[in-house]
Amino acid sequence: MAYSDKVLDHYNNPRNVGSLDKKDPNVGTGMVGAPECGDVMKLQVKVNPETGIIEEAKFKTFGCGSAIASSSLATEWLKGKSVDEALAIKNTDIVNELALPPVKIHCSVLAEDAIKAAILDYKEKSTANSTAAPVSA
Amino acid sequence: MKTPIYLDYHATTPMDPRVLEAMLPYFGPVFGNSASRNHSFGWEAEEAVEKGREQIAKLIGANKKEIVFTSGATESNNLALKGVAEMYAEKGNHIITAATEHKAILDTCKRLEKQGCKVTYLPVQPDGLIDLDALREAITDKTILVSIMYANNEIGVIQPIREIGAICKERGVLFHTDATQAVGKIPVDVIADKIDLLSLSGHKMYGPKGVGALYVRRKGPRVQLTAQIDGGGHERGMRSGTLNVPGIVGLGKACELAQQEMEADAKRLSGLRDRLKDRILAELDEVYINGTMEHRLPHNLNISFAYVEGESLLMGINEIAVSSGSACTSATLEPSYILKALGAGDDLAHSSIRFGLGRFTTEEEVDYAAEKVIQVVKKLRELSPLYELVKEGVDLSTIQWAAH
Repeated sequence: MAYSDKVLDHYNNPRNVGSLDKKDPNVGTGMVGAPECGDVMKLQVKVNPETGIIEEAKFKTFGCGSAIASSSLATEWLKGKSVDEALAIKNTDIVNELALPPVKIHCSVLAEDAIKAAILDYKEKSTANSTAAPVSA
Repeated sequence: MKTPIYLDYHATTPMDPRVLEAMLPYFGPVFGNSASRNHSFGWEAEEAVEKGREQIAKLIGANKKEIVFTSGATESNNLALKGVAEMYAEKGNHIITAATEHKAILDTCKRLEKQGCKVTYLPVQPDGLIDLDALREAITDKTILVSIMYANNEIGVIQPIREIGAICKERGVLFHTDATQAVGKIPVDVIADKIDLLSLSGHKMYGPKGVGALYVRRKGPRVQLTAQIDGGGHERGMRSGTLNVPGIVGLGKACELAQQEMEADAKRLSGLRDRLKDRILAELDEVYINGTMEHRLPHNLNISFAYVEGESLLMGINEIAVSSGSACTSATLEPSYILKALGAGDDLAHSSIRFGLGRFTTEEEVDYAAEKVIQVVKKLRELSPLYELVKEGVDLSTIQWAAH
């Protein structure tokens, strides 16, 4: 199978590899996929609570080259976006950008799921914090 | 050293230049049909075919009259199974095979099941070998054939063929073996192993593609087959069709060379294979060898690199031609059924790489491959959320994964 130049570039030079502190209230973590299916993506965002802008995004992926490229690209796109803008990222955007063949579309779906899971985790944390805040205040 | 490096000798082998040389005249001036009985063109072709038959028979301890030429091992397997099922239908309809057989056996069995046969698929033990007691228990008075491969195409494990042959003989059941990966690599003897039918292929042993053979025992017992291709009645009526003379010459020459060089090749390759294995094991943790090392082809190594997905590993070592059990590299999007049959778990099947060394593999190539694999696995583990979790002390089996 031939890979697109963009997939190869992300595979050879993955952007934003790493982990953020899961316990940080401003960090949202999404982990999707399953080892027995051959891909697991962990995607994390760090949101500025004042502005609602994603300041940092990190990933780690177990999966094929296209899965690695999809998550690497997702972290690039997430940085600087608001939480709501992030939720608007569609798997088809990733498919188009990376020129993924039909058999690799599930990689882009997984990346979209990972974004949504990370944002949801952040939102749950911040809601929990804001409801908890008055009590402790 | 030239790249890419070919370490996929189980998929196919390059032709030995001596084989090519032997074949060349038969693409040119010596073009006769070996079935033409009344002129010298036919006689010359027939002479070449009979020499090939002799060379093949000699390598496996058979008589040359017991060799039926086919287009390759897939056809040989089809002919053996379907031919026996049809010929011995009155005796019984039960066939025994193993879960780790090649698709040419498994899919043929599936078709026979649709036509009314009963097939038992013996499981394998974690080392990849069948349990002989399970085989004994599976044989019934309806059993007509046992088909167990000599050596596995993915994990290279060698089944206890001689014991299986003895059990079949004792119970009066025919024994077929798909010996595609074994013939020419390790000693195979149809008499000592009590084999009744044996499939082999040219292109897995430095011969040409498109030619293979089926050994069909002629006495003790005389095995009969119902032909699956009808026509001029070639090959004792078992396989019609004008013979592939250049292919047969090449297959014969490949067998002759194997007979002369097998022992030295095997010794050299097992040394190189162990060198590759030892280097990888010394540098990487959480590496698992699939299948027993004790009963294994000398040139095979199949390793799972836990927490690294196979296709991404292949991408990183793209100047080394190997194959993976990862679903991403297969047409079906299913991980290797052979590794699954070992009970390794899908995750380890996705992480596996098969190395197949061969006659033209050098020490320099093996060292390069080892180094490259180590480097890429380390890089991909840095990227792996699973490796991170394990290093944090998390037991992955306790995580609720959302399968997709």
